[in-house]
Parts: sequence; C-alpha cells; structure tokens
Amino acid sequence: MEKKVVIELQNVRRDFKVGGETVKALRRVSFKIFEGEFVTIMGTSGSGKSTLLNQLGCLDTPTKGEYILDGTPVRQMKRSQRAVLRNRKIGFIFQNYNLLAKTTAIENVELPLIYNNAYNAKQRREAAIRALEAVGLGNRLEHKSNQMSGGQMQRVAIARALVNNPAVILADEATGNLDTRTSFEILCLFQELHRQGRTIIFVTHNPEIAQYSSRNITLRDGKICEDKTNDNILDARQALAALPQNNDD
Amino acid sequence: MNLTNLLKVAITAIISNKTRTFLSTLGIIIGVAAVISMMAIGEGSKQSIRTELSKMGTNLLTVRPGGETRGGVRLDPSAMQTLKMEDYETIRDKATLVKAISPEVTSSGQAIHGANNTQTTIYGEMPEYMDIKLWELKDGIVFTEEDVKKSAKVCLVGSTVVEELFGDKDYDAVGKSIRFKSIPFRIVGILKSKGYNNWGMDQDNVIIAPYTTVMKRVNAQTFFSSINVSALSEEQSEAAIEEITALLRQNHKLKEGDDNDFSIRSQQEMMETMSSTMTTVQTVLVVAAAFSLLIAGIGIMNIMLVSVTERTKEIGLRMSVGARGRDILLQFLVESIMISLTGGLIGIFAGYGGATLARAVGFPATVPLWSVVVSFCVCALIGLLFGIIPARKAARMDPIEALRYE
Repeated sequence: MEKKVVIELQNVRRDFKVGGETVKALRRVSFKIFEGEFVTIMGTSGSGKSTLLNQLGCLDTPTKGEYILDGTPVRQMKRSQRAVLRNRKIGFIFQNYNLLAKTTAIENVELPLIYNNAYNAKQRREAAIRALEAVGLGNRLEHKSNQMSGGQMQRVAIARALVNNPAVILADEATGNLDTRTSFEILCLFQELHRQGRTIIFVTHNPEIAQYSSRNITLRDGKICEDKTNDNILDARQALAALPQNNDD
Repeated sequence: MNLTNLLKVAITAIISNKTRTFLSTLGIIIGVAAVISMMAIGEGSKQSIRTELSKMGTNLLTVRPGGETRGGVRLDPSAMQTLKMEDYETIRDKATLVKAISPEVTSSGQAIHGANNTQTTIYGEMPEYMDIKLWELKDGIVFTEEDVKKSAKVCLVGSTVVEELFGDKDYDAVGKSIRFKSIPFRIVGILKSKGYNNWGMDQDNVIIAPYTTVMKRVNAQTFFSSINVSALSEEQSEAAIEEITALLRQNHKLKEGDDNDFSIRSQQEMMETMSSTMTTVQTVLVVAAAFSLLIAGIGIMNIMLVSVTERTKEIGLRMSVGARGRDILLQFLVESIMISLTGGLIGIFAGYGGATLARAVGFPATVPLWSVVVSFCVCALIGLLFGIIPARKAARMDPIEALRYE
C-alpha cells in the first residue's frame, strides 16, 4: 500500500537579499516525506537548515518552487492563512522550549487550541491533559514553567506540539539544551511517538541522533547532499540503559 | 481567539506585572478623578446658584438706571438718576405684563437700638416687594400703602438686625423702635430668615421700609436706585422687558438710535449669566483634567510598547502555534483597553471620593451621571487609541525574527 505523502517540496528555492547581494539559502530542494517517517535533517551551520525548517513550518514561503503540506500548497498563501495552517497541521518543538513564563503546564499545552475556535474551554483542557499524560507529565499538570526541569519543560513543549494532533511534528534541536541522559529520555519519547505512527522531522547538527531516526537528509550549501533511509534504527531505551548511572547527587 | 480567551490572556498579563500596570494606570486614575470631581463641583455650584436665584423669584425683573455696563465702562453719574417717580407710575399704570411693582431706594448705614448698633442696609419699597422677592413674615404685619403715602416711619427687620440690636434673633421686636441714620422707625414686622445667599451675603441683614420714607427722610433724593418688577410669569419675562423698555424710552424721550439710559435684567438672565460663568470655569478645569488624561494615554502607549518588545518571543511563539496577526493585535489592544478601563474605574471611585470630600469642606458637589459614563467611554477610547500603535507593532512582527529574539 502506497503511504500518504505529508510533505512534498518541489524545486524549492529561497533567496534573501542582503545588502545588494542575493544569498541563495535553498537551491532547488525537492523531497517527499511520508506519513509515519522520523526524519532527521542534518547540516552544518549555513547549510540552509534553519531556512528549510522555516519553510517546512510555514513560517516562510519559497521564492520559487512549491511546498505542499498535507495536500495544501503553501507558496501563495497569505500570512493569516499560513497561521491557521500551522495551527492545524504543525507541532513545533524548539531548542529552548519556548514555554510561557509563570504559566502552568496545562495552560502552555492549551495554547495552540486557544487559536482554534472548534475547541471550547473544556475540550481544550481535556486535550491538554491527554497530551501531557502521553509525554509522562500526568502528575505535573498544574506546575508552572519555572518550577520544572529542562527535561520536563521540553516534555511540556512536546505535549504542546501534540495537542492539535498535527500532520507533522517539527523539532528544532530539541535536545540541544539538555544533558546526555535527558536527551536520551526525550529521544525515547520521540521514538515512542514514531512507533505510534507520528510523522516527525528533527533538525539537528548532532550526527548521533540520526542513528535513532528512520531517515536522514543532509544539507550542504542549500542543496541536499545525502538522503538515505536508516535500516538499522537504534533503540534509545537501550542507549539510556547503557548510560553510566549518575551518582553525583 | 474568542473574547473570553482574550480577556483571560489580558488579565494574566496585567496581573503578572502588577506594579507596572498600577503605575501606568495612575495617570488615568488621577485624570478621571480630576474630571469627575471638577464636573461635580461645577455642577453642584450651578445647581445651588439656580436654587438660590429661584428663591428670589424667577419672574423678577430689575430696572436699573444707566445703560448696560460692559467691560468695566464707567457710568456717567447723571445717568444714575434716570429712574424717577413718573417712570414708576408709568410702568405701574400702563404695563400689562406686570403683576407687581415696587420702586427701590436703598441706603446703607447704622441702625441703633439702645446701646446696640449694627451696620445694615435699608430698602425703601412698596408692600408688593414682599411678593416680588418672596419675603415672608415671621411676626407682625407688612406696612401698608397708607404708610407709603404718609411716608410713615415704620419698618420690617431681618433676623440678623433683630439679633444685633436686641441680642436674640427670636426676640419679639414688634412695636419696638429703632433708629436708622438717627431717624426713628417703629418695627411693625419681622422677616422670616432667608440665610446667606450663594455669594456669601447675609440676606437677613436688612430693614425694609416704605420707599417714600427712605427717599424723603433718609436720603432726601428724587430718584430711585432701581425698580423691582414681577412679570406675570417666567415665560412672559422677555415680553415684559420689551414693554417696560418701550414705556421708559418714551418717558425719557429717547430718540430712535439712542442708547437706553436704563437697563432691565431678568432673574433668568442672571441665572444664565451665573451658570455660563460657572460653565466657563468648569470647562477650563475639565480641559486641564482632560490633558492629564491625554498624557496618561501616552504613558499607557509607552508601557505597552515596552511590553510588546519584552514579549517578542511570546509573540513569536503564539504566531508559530497559529496566532494570526489579528489575534495578536486584539490581544494587545484588549490589554491596553483593560489597563485604561481599570484606571478609569478606580478614577471614578476616586472622583466620587473627591466630590464627597469637597462637600465635606463646604463646596456644593454633585457627580453628574453622564460625567461617569463619559469618563468610562473616554478611558476605553484612550486604551484603544494609544493601544493601536503597540498592538500593530506586535501584530506585524515576523514570527521567525520574533522567535529568534533574545
């Protein structure tokens, strides 16, 4: 059975005008991502990683080419239409979590649903609780963001990305701010979501993470230089178990 | 985002910055409180002037010698003697819109009884004066027309005069004799107290006597200081003024184009003059207070701009999870309107407090309801107007830049 295409990039180009010069951040990038894939996008800084992420996240539009997200062409969309599209189809996870300060876990997770009038207050709360339980924070619902550890905050952020049941989860260096152990814990969570059939795109410059994903796309100078399927996916749970016990504290 | 959520987000933002919010509302609070208490004092004063003047009879017309005085023009002294006996008689006999008339001759001086004396004013009048100026008697009787004809040395006294001359304002002075400028008067009646009027004059410090007596025996003059007239009704005051003007012009043989050598003012006109003066004062005060509101609005705009910059990252996040520019715009607009309205509400209470305080120290002050409504609306407007610039700044942010902002 043919798998559903969630993301399709057709010759996407993105030029920036810096001073008098045109910087070509993306040069004719094309690829498809199917439902249920866990894709890492790798590349050194300046490779066009962030630009690509902004394209995939509908925060920006291609200069040329077309981007089709879950069947919707994005390039001609207006700002507000893209906002709605992000709201329904995309779950963002950032390196620095980006939680609202002095706000409880539930309220943070509810945030995307506030901008979706299909949800009333009760449904919002229920959905937020389900998402928080799914990331293992069922006992931290009313904790405020400043009362949580980095790992917990990232879990809240992941719950926030899940709450609208998006077509694709976009993670930007999601483990970048975390220590090794917590990174693996978060990675376990991503693999768990992958097993449940979620489509995940994980942008990172850490080659280690690629071993835990199902596919790896490498960018260089705004072009795809490698796109390979990972046949030997490592299990983050085993890696976590193999870590030396932290006895410092 | 629906309204409930907008309000919730705004309240959360306001609560998380209590001190800052309070400081930025302070301007609004002071401005609104100032507007409301100024309006209250102005309105209260107007009302009390109205009541005061209407106590003197709303259909009262006063004919005075000399033309209209405008802008401090000094009057020709001869013009002060233009109201003569025949003028009084003409109006009395020929004017149709006049209910009562009393010529007036006044003199200020010392009244004496025994060892007591007091500075007072004697008003020479007709008995009709009692009706014209709404005087009532506490005791005794009013002097008669017969007394006027005979220039009888009888008088009515106010309670202050009684108190000063007899030591007790309830003293039964009827039948007693007093001297005014060494002329003896027999007291035939005591006036009911009217108290102080609005501009602090003791209305009970009077002696009323037949005009003939004051004219001939006290002042030895042939002209009147004024003529008090009651029009048939308040509505007919204007017509009565025209009628009297025509009669007097004829009497004084004034040619067409000549200025009047007398002036007639109605009580209504007085009221209007007084309240228009009050309105001017009130307007000036309110304008000053309104400027403070404008400055308060600028303060709110300033704080909102800071808030927007400070929350750039939050704006970026909200946009990335699906907030449209509109949602962000509304979020900050609602916030600034709420700050402004909160200030306005506190200000309204403070204004009520100010008005109560003003009453306590003796100013007449009533808070007009419309000033509360207007203040509230103005606050909402300030929040809206001064919130627009910061809110637009927020709404136009690029989510990519905003997310990257540190």
